[in-house]
Amino acid sequence: MSDFTRDEIHRLALLARLEFTDEQADAFAQQLTQILHYVETLNGLDTTGVEPTSHALALHSVMRDDEPRPSLSNAEALANAPEQEAGCFRVPPIIQEL
Amino acid sequence: MTDAPAYATLKELQRSLEAGECSSRELTQALLDRIEALDGKLGAFLRVTPDEALQQADAADAARRQGRRSPLLGIPLGLKDILCTRGVATTCASRILRDFIPPYDATAVARLRQAGAVFLGKLNMDEFAMGSSCEFSAWQPTRNPWDPTRIPGGSSGGSAAAVAAGFCPATLGTDTGGSIRQPAALCGVVGLKPTYGRVSRYGLIAFASSLDQIGPFARTVEDCALLLNAIAAQDPLDSTSAPVATSDYTECLGREIRGLRVGLPREYFIDGMEPAVEAAVRRAVADLAAQGAEIVEISLPHTEYAVAVYYICATAEASSNLARYDGAHYGYRAAGTRNIIEMYSRSRTEGFGEEVKRRIMLGTYVLSAGFYDAYYSKALKVRTLITRDFAEAFRQVDVIATPTTPGVAFRIGEKLDDPLQMYLSDIFTISANLAGIPGLSLPCGFTAEGLPIGLQLLAPAFEEARLLQVAHAYEQSHDWWRRRPELA
Repeated sequence: MSDFTRDEIHRLALLARLEFTDEQADAFAQQLTQILHYVETLNGLDTTGVEPTSHALALHSVMRDDEPRPSLSNAEALANAPEQEAGCFRVPPIIQEL
Repeated sequence: MTDAPAYATLKELQRSLEAGECSSRELTQALLDRIEALDGKLGAFLRVTPDEALQQADAADAARRQGRRSPLLGIPLGLKDILCTRGVATTCASRILRDFIPPYDATAVARLRQAGAVFLGKLNMDEFAMGSSCEFSAWQPTRNPWDPTRIPGGSSGGSAAAVAAGFCPATLGTDTGGSIRQPAALCGVVGLKPTYGRVSRYGLIAFASSLDQIGPFARTVEDCALLLNAIAAQDPLDSTSAPVATSDYTECLGREIRGLRVGLPREYFIDGMEPAVEAAVRRAVADLAAQGAEIVEISLPHTEYAVAVYYICATAEASSNLARYDGAHYGYRAAGTRNIIEMYSRSRTEGFGEEVKRRIMLGTYVLSAGFYDAYYSKALKVRTLITRDFAEAFRQVDVIATPTTPGVAFRIGEKLDDPLQMYLSDIFTISANLAGIPGLSLPCGFTAEGLPIGLQLLAPAFEEARLLQVAHAYEQSHDWWRRRPELA
């Protein structure tokens, strides 16, 4: 594994919807490189034929009957909204004219 | 202000309330006064809610007069700020949830509320439970009551410090990689992480959903059992809560441990451990042997890989879980953004702290195209090997005993600039989360400077009763739990 570069941090930040200054990106590149080198100790372990565990319990999907139940009112659902209008969440433009 | 209710156990408070020696209002007021007088120096609470607490206390007193009886009726408790409380701000110690007022209670909170408990307020933690020292709270550090220049542990540092400081007999915290057991050890109290699925996660703000679990802190094992009784149950609102019967977890207390097999994993006694910690844990194991337990040396061969597996699985899950903080529906939104992508990015950039960003970035990386197999899939396979280690060990022994942490509470700032060193302080607690098994930490001694040391006990899934039985047997043969920090 190669070390993280500043550009890779910026590319990854875009995927994660985060922004960093070049200085912050350099610090993250150094720290994440160090952490990744550490987790790469796993590569020394033979896991051929081992099933992955994504969950500690052997769980099966659980379904309930699809029946209407009481839920939050419109006002309750909007109570924490940063901005609202006409009973809806208000956000900046999603599709913009070029 | 008297010292009397401060260090009374939950069980003792129960008896006083029952005998009419005090009311819940008097008790609640005394603890609120103590918090007011002393928490300025410690910072355990993010928010104290005296009005709500006194209302709940009055309601509990009225219910008692009308003949209602319940083990937690009128008992003051504290809640980690990761647990949703209806109508009371819940920030997860993050700027991004600064003004968030949940419209509902977490199931664990609702169950305590139904049992008549009184909530004193919300407790400090590392932001989104990501940290081992409480230094990553967006709002304030919490100081260790035994030495205010030191950290209380994390992420549930406020929950542990509040109990150690005598602010309340018990609290709830959460544990994703040790966040109950590590601060319990460093603050000299009892902390229990139940089996994954034992307690509903509904209303627990998610960090890593396959690892997170809610559990109690208290000064005694019995008090932890009383809290577990109240919160353990399958819940239709959490599809991962387990369809496994619960029992009265106080019933096993007092049973002798003669003949029980206690495993000592050789991988948990390592170079670099503080000698005082190793010595105290070995003495504790000798005490269990003196009570008739059989000590068996065992091996958990994949232990050295646990931290690496954890920092892949937990960050991957966190990067997905925290994608919901987008500034659209609730939480912080950056001002003056011109389009939706900018709103997402700026709200998250301004709202999350550095450690949270570090983990989101790592999680995004290990899940990204081209790296998924090399990191995430690989980690899940090693998680299987770690789980098998425990299955194998529990064929030979009934419980496993280890140190909870390799060292005692470190100084504030000591590991702040070295994320990897901070992660490695959870080296003994992480495996239990990966395997889903229950774990408990209880005090087993103090260093020469008076810092607490924790003994960790681990049991097979859903064997909390056995864990509590062994912990109680040890606790009763010592008076570590009676020691109190000197608070200025």
